[in-house]
Amino acid sequence: MSGPKPNELIEKIDYNPPQKGWMDVPVKIRKGMYCYASNPKSVEYVHLPHARPWNPLEEDWKLPDNWKEIVHNAFRERLDRFRSFKVFMDICVRCGACADKCHFFIGTGDPKNMPVLRAELLRSVYRNDFTTAGKILGKVAGARELTLDVLKEWWYYFFQCTECRRCSVFCPYGIDTAEITIMAREIFNLLGLNIDWIATPVANCYRTGNHLGIQPHAFKEMIEFFVDDIEEKTGVKVEPSFNKKGADILFVTPSGDVFADPGTYTAMGYLMLFHYLKEQGLNVTWSTYASEGGNFGFFTSHEMMKRLNSKMYAEAKRLGVKWILGGECGHMWRVINQYMDTMNGPADFLEEPISPITGTKFTNAKSTKMVHLSEFTADLIYHNKLKLDKSRNDNLIVTYHDSCNPARGMGLFDEPRYVINSVCNHFHDMPRNTIREQTFCCGSGSGLNAGEDTELRLCGGLPRANAVKHVHEKFGVNMLATICAIDRAALPPLMDYWVPGVGVTGLTEMVANALIMPGEAERTTNLRGEPLPGMEE
Amino acid sequence: MRLDELLTQKKTAIIDKWFDVVADTYPADTAGFIKRQKDPFANPVGGTTQKSLTVLMDELLGEMNHDKIDSFLDPIIRIRAVQDFTPSRAISFVFSLKKIIRNQLNKSDFNDHRILAELFEFDLKIDLIGLTAFDIYMKCREKIYQIKANEEKNRTFSAFERAGLIKELPGSGPELA
Ligand code: SF4
Ligand code: SF4
Repeated sequence: MSGPKPNELIEKIDYNPPQKGWMDVPVKIRKGMYCYASNPKSVEYVHLPHARPWNPLEEDWKLPDNWKEIVHNAFRERLDRFRSFKVFMDICVRCGACADKCHFFIGTGDPKNMPVLRAELLRSVYRNDFTTAGKILGKVAGARELTLDVLKEWWYYFFQCTECRRCSVFCPYGIDTAEITIMAREIFNLLGLNIDWIATPVANCYRTGNHLGIQPHAFKEMIEFFVDDIEEKTGVKVEPSFNKKGADILFVTPSGDVFADPGTYTAMGYLMLFHYLKEQGLNVTWSTYASEGGNFGFFTSHEMMKRLNSKMYAEAKRLGVKWILGGECGHMWRVINQYMDTMNGPADFLEEPISPITGTKFTNAKSTKMVHLSEFTADLIYHNKLKLDKSRNDNLIVTYHDSCNPARGMGLFDEPRYVINSVCNHFHDMPRNTIREQTFCCGSGSGLNAGEDTELRLCGGLPRANAVKHVHEKFGVNMLATICAIDRAALPPLMDYWVPGVGVTGLTEMVANALIMPGEAERTTNLRGEPLPGMEE
Repeated sequence: MRLDELLTQKKTAIIDKWFDVVADTYPADTAGFIKRQKDPFANPVGGTTQKSLTVLMDELLGEMNHDKIDSFLDPIIRIRAVQDFTPSRAISFVFSLKKIIRNQLNKSDFNDHRILAELFEFDLKIDLIGLTAFDIYMKCREKIYQIKANEEKNRTFSAFERAGLIKELPGSGPELA
């Protein structure tokens, strides 16, 4: 009998990927790793160009005929407008310090997810189009022409970056690949190439004030439902106020807290905390119009971010409040801290925030006029203004996930930990190189929190989950606390896959469970309706 | 000498080679990183692989405790089930061990009937781990699909449902998904 022998056959099976230069590896758009194209209606609604149905998996992306010209001009315009972008294009020495710091590289194992290479995708075209060396030497100088395949590669990989900025922490030149991604995504939007998980929330937010497009009456009804639920569990009827003119403080939080579990329990926590502080002089109101702290405009373009952010300040002005208190949100804080002031500020119609309860001046918020709830709560606890029964959280062994934006975007590291340690008895931090400024992203930020890209999100979340798994096995950690609504939505499935047995909570949910409310009935369950420690049947 | 003793002596070298086989299923730049970075939190793929392979080798040379094999094979397959591998490439590393072990033997060992018989048995144990890997792989893929299907429903939907708002908002949940 002739034919190959079995071991010859086995030799032919090559499990190793081909080793080629990155420019010669063509992009392969894999299911589970990308998000669906934007709904044309959403694109049209905010007047962005080239709205059309298109499918990333199809050969023809139905681009406008002059798409190359559009990209070239947009690139040039941004090089002129954003000095940081120009500098980032020029100064990278390819030292590789950032290369292995991205959760998407670590999790997918795809070299094009190394931040240096991600930036190089764009930089190679920059060299070709805008530098003399690149024009003359071409590929030798790391330059390449913009082709349809290059554009597709950009799209695939700039939607595999959560703009988390972890890489920038390690770059000796401070190159921030997140900003490069931001530019790339702006350019995509000029070609109608946004993803729907961003485009539709943006349109909804622009129209009704929040990502889900929930109208004011439904927003109010949802909160009223929480009020009933709180009464059932604590015996206390809280009385929130809505759109109240003349309130001292406007409270803005991501709509996810109001509409998506387990953020809803955190929202109930806000309501209880505000009610508790009412007698001590807190006069705070919710807005059913500025009903979104998140800002997916940030993942679309600078202009869109400005547009959506302005709503919050317009509402603060309309209601005549003194300052704004912000809930547990992630990228809202990056927008506030990094952009708000030059974008829609100065908000000089507001006052420098002072806690009406403790008299503490939040000098860090002097220019933005917006205080993070964790700072506010930490200050209350520090001044002994909250009566707390820590033992109610004794069933929880907690660790804390530093959300990228409050951590790297505003340096909020200690206040959340202080709050957690004040409301529960068992807290264990994850390993040092996975927390604080080195925190690993949840893998779902910057609008990538869709269902269709589950594989991408699970890969990107691997380094985070791996560190949770460590404290889960070592200390029995069963609860992952976080101060970001995207985290509260993204981490439960991540835990479900990588570390079953670990739940996800907001900080204020734990605060509310420990909070001894005046006039409360005997508390037998937590806000989730689970029996409190010692109250099990 | 018996095969087990021989392999026990060379255990570290075998695990190292096995580790390299796993690392080399990734593109060269990634493989280099997986091999170089020893911190398990900076390099979860490498850290998990090292831990898994060490225990699996111990079990191959020892009890072949099913629960232990299952629980240490799971993390490494779980990673490969979400990454860009075909099912066969995701679990192929298990079978690569056969070749690694043969390369550790001297030519004369292949004339030793006792060693050959033991080698045959050892191969069967590797096959068993390979089959377990396949089961785990399928379980992981099913989990991924379940997550995809349930996620949106669980999050937004159940909150609306609890509040009794579902009827007022036809289609608002799934449309975003
Ligand atoms: S910003 Fe974050 S996701 Fe983007 S390249 Fe850097 S580390 Fe990766
Ligand atoms: S660390 Fe900075 S200079 Fe070094 S390769 Fe990365 S971006 Fe370039």
